[in-house]
Amino acid sequence: MSRDVRIDEPLVPQTRSALYWTFADALVLAKRNLTQIPRIPEELIFSTIQPIIFVLLFRYVFGGAIAIQGTTYVNYLMAGIFAQTVIFGSTTTGIGLANDIQKGLVDRFRSLPMAKSAVLTGRTLSDLVRNVFVVAVMWIVGLLVGFRPAGGFLYLAGAVGLLLLVSFAFSWISATIGLAVSSVEAAQSAGFIWLFPLTFASSAFVQTKTMPSWLRAFAEHQPVTLVVDAVRGLLLDQPDATKIWQALAWCIGILIVFVPLAVLAYGRRTAR
Amino acid sequence: MSNRPAILAEGLQKHYGKTHALDGLDLVAEEGTVLGVLGPNGAGKTTAVRILTTLLKPDAGHAEVAGLDVVKDANALRARIGLAGQYAAVDEYLTGYENLKMFGQLYHLSGAIAKRRATELLERFDLVEAAGRPVKTYSGGMRRRLDLAASLIVTPPVIFLDEPTTGLDPRGRLAMWDVISSLVSEGTTVLLTTQYLEEADQLAKQIMVIDHGRVIAKGTADQLKEQVGGERLELTIGQGGNLEAALQAVRPYSIGEVQVDKQTRRLVIPVARGAQQLATVIRDLAAAQIPLDDLALRRPTLDDVFLTLTGRAATEEGEPTDTKAEPSLARSSR
Repeated sequence: MSRDVRIDEPLVPQTRSALYWTFADALVLAKRNLTQIPRIPEELIFSTIQPIIFVLLFRYVFGGAIAIQGTTYVNYLMAGIFAQTVIFGSTTTGIGLANDIQKGLVDRFRSLPMAKSAVLTGRTLSDLVRNVFVVAVMWIVGLLVGFRPAGGFLYLAGAVGLLLLVSFAFSWISATIGLAVSSVEAAQSAGFIWLFPLTFASSAFVQTKTMPSWLRAFAEHQPVTLVVDAVRGLLLDQPDATKIWQALAWCIGILIVFVPLAVLAYGRRTAR
Repeated sequence: MSNRPAILAEGLQKHYGKTHALDGLDLVAEEGTVLGVLGPNGAGKTTAVRILTTLLKPDAGHAEVAGLDVVKDANALRARIGLAGQYAAVDEYLTGYENLKMFGQLYHLSGAIAKRRATELLERFDLVEAAGRPVKTYSGGMRRRLDLAASLIVTPPVIFLDEPTTGLDPRGRLAMWDVISSLVSEGTTVLLTTQYLEEADQLAKQIMVIDHGRVIAKGTADQLKEQVGGERLELTIGQGGNLEAALQAVRPYSIGEVQVDKQTRRLVIPVARGAQQLATVIRDLAAAQIPLDDLALRRPTLDDVFLTLTGRAATEEGEPTDTKAEPSLARSSR
């Protein structure tokens, strides 16, 4: 091993505004998270296989028993599958953060002269990109089993945009949970468990009018239903402006509440 | 800041509920020296490092590193320190090169300089062949070298090494000592926490022993060893051997008071240059026809420092300390 670990050339950091570094540092960390994905192929494979299994089960097992007026069940189903997939996918945010804390990486980052926010924004950004990939895969799977979106390009782009906004908003909820609990395992189960009732007690897979009235009251007003209805309208060329605005309002509301909460949880978690 | 100490902590306090992790800790390290901080698990070593590296705010007290206040000037300070050791990790899915480049960018070096610096550090830490492999595939020693390299990206004037050799094999440990020595010879100030007296002895000019969040002893390695009594010869006299006669035979070699334990038939003799005297001690005992069950020459260990200073062992298990065994390697988990 060489003894000389210094170099003569000056290692002068660049001077830019704090705002510049807020973005630049987040991008460095987002890139790092994305570099990891293909190196843990099993994680990506299983997180893609799961929604594919859902598509196949619902399409072929339940599909025949569920009649939808005006369209095929698979056309009805895909909006729900997309929403469920990006919402489940957002749990990787909290798990990733919990992992970085447990392994000591967050301590290293915090000892560097980088933007503090980058640990959170870098992670939520990379999970957004990851969800773009997952939506694309699910879109192809949908097409293979008979999904035929009727909306024009703008509507379809709007549907994808809304799904990504949902993914981003739920990533911040997931971040808050991942930072509030004390271990990776806890982040995993706490981040996941409540999403089952939320996504199933919604219009994702069946029409809410088939549910008992007490459940319907919940199902029709919760964000997943509003998002699924808005996305479904856009995909099937029957956009419902009210639903779209309500879905957007939910996403923005979630961000307004959970971005500061996640920042707070990060501060509390790392001050130990 | 030429005459200010590179690291100065005064009366640091940190409480977690009723636990006093730090209870008025004072530390000083002169520029260009190694300060060794010794203590068992839970003594407050890591808490002290976390405060000095801006990761944690003290409840009370004041600390300066490289002339900057660790609380008020935290942002400026982060550009002037490096942190490596058991908690500051590297990303195991990235390659060695990608890790160093990323950390360089997060130190706000330009992309080109970050890349060049990564290549340079990989060369200097003998990691060129492993540069393109994910860190997951590295050995413990390679990981620690990469970890240290990551803390040296901007050649900070002060670096903190939190138990840098815990868990390394003897060869890895020697290699790490080598690197640390060369850093210091180039003017870097190093704060090193360790559980091994031997490690502090090898590297540190000044050693502070801490327990319950306070400094309980400080000085050079030699001063501390004097405090704990230096080398000792331990004899266990066989059944039938006369303890009194044995005591008479070894007394000339003792430089202090000989402890006699009649129950275990053990004599503990403080000696100077014990290795050179072993042969004659054995000869004298043989001449006096005193049978020996066991004979050992002991150097003081961290356990001895603790036994002497606090009356309890440094390792958590209250077992009688086997001097050859290393202090507990258990990592405090968080």
